[in-house]
Amino acid sequence: MKYRAPTSIDEAVELLSAHPGAAVFAGATDLIPQIQGGRPEPSLVVDLKRIPETVRLESENGFWRVGAAIPAAALTAHAGLSAVFPGLVEGAGLIGSDQIQGRATLGGNLCNASPAADSVPPLVALGAEAIIVGPGGERSAPVSEVVIGPGATSLDRAEFITEFRIPSPSRWSSDAYQRFIPRTEMDIAVAGAAARIRVDSDGRCEEAAVVLAAVAPTVVEVSAASGILEGRLIPHDSGRDAFWDELEEAVVSCCNPIDDKRGTAEYRRKVAQVLARRTVVTAARRARETL
Amino acid sequence: MLNGDEIDFLCNDYQTLLSALRDELGMIGTKEGCGTGDCGACSVILDGQLVCSCLVFAPEVDGRRVETIEGLAEVDHLHPLQDSFLEGAAFQCGVCTPGFLMAAKALLDRNPSPTETEVRYGVAGNLCRCTGYDKIVRSILDAAARMNEPENRKEAP
Repeated sequence: MKYRAPTSIDEAVELLSAHPGAAVFAGATDLIPQIQGGRPEPSLVVDLKRIPETVRLESENGFWRVGAAIPAAALTAHAGLSAVFPGLVEGAGLIGSDQIQGRATLGGNLCNASPAADSVPPLVALGAEAIIVGPGGERSAPVSEVVIGPGATSLDRAEFITEFRIPSPSRWSSDAYQRFIPRTEMDIAVAGAAARIRVDSDGRCEEAAVVLAAVAPTVVEVSAASGILEGRLIPHDSGRDAFWDELEEAVVSCCNPIDDKRGTAEYRRKVAQVLARRTVVTAARRARETL
Repeated sequence: MLNGDEIDFLCNDYQTLLSALRDELGMIGTKEGCGTGDCGACSVILDGQLVCSCLVFAPEVDGRRVETIEGLAEVDHLHPLQDSFLEGAAFQCGVCTPGFLMAAKALLDRNPSPTETEVRYGVAGNLCRCTGYDKIVRSILDAAARMNEPENRKEAP
């Protein structure tokens, strides 16, 4: 196995085109354990971290551009990003130990294509686009279209993600992510939920997105959530209003979970309902705090 | 840069930083536990950031700053964390200890006065099968307290 660290997108695409057995990586926190675990070793590993576009983090023209190879520790330490996308930073900050935080990236978390990836639901809820480069040049795709199943992405072999472009939040808008694990640290989500909520000047929900993790082969958006939540005054706790039952029904209808050692399918459905309520409440509270 | 010294070493492309430290450079203070980033025994500090050296390809550290357990003590005295671990009996078999010490150093570099909860999260990526963790947590808190005494306060490295 060879190692290369190209310093430009063109150089990286050339390497990937010339080596059919190549793999890209940023933090290597999934790649190295996969090789250790017996997956076929790539003929070449291409380190993306020395390409400037993959480690850039800036806000411009109504978008945040977040490099796909920035380690989670740098995202959680970034005050500006934490202020505008608290839910995204929560998701990224939940990936593994401090050691893993120093290496794991948004691009890797997405392209490893685990249904339980903690940073993916907030990216989807925020309407993020993945900027993808390859032999055909640059294209963009909604983050929700990158993963097509467990361990599988829609990227061509010689393509990789350089950055995510996330619309800057409009006024009175915020997000949240929560996951459930049986212990307090160092585990993979039984279920997770992200919410993005925009409120009007009275604190009523104007726009909503709810996205679930670990309850289906891919991260899944609860598309009925916006219709159910819009126009509602979302209380500080999830209370007894009838619209919560509608939301829970919509959540369950999106779930297609597995039974495994972390939880049964039934348990995952129940946890997803609870987390959806809680993240909606949290995102709405954060949005109101900006009023 | 390894522990403040500029060094050159040769390695294979597929080697991990852990393997390069132990097998090429003879720096065997850094231990191999799981080899998959779960146990923290191989923790080192790379450009100021705690990482598992088993999850870093050795060629990646070209031109970067690596700190290992061998660089923790000064020439004539131990680091306060090492003193505290000794006095607090914060280890038994010792295999996890270098990783815990590096994780604790990274934590105190960033947060010189952590709460007990912050210490427990700070070493959540390190496994110890002997101590039950409590003596490790107490020893890190003790070292932080000592390092914060006015006569011991040093400028951050």
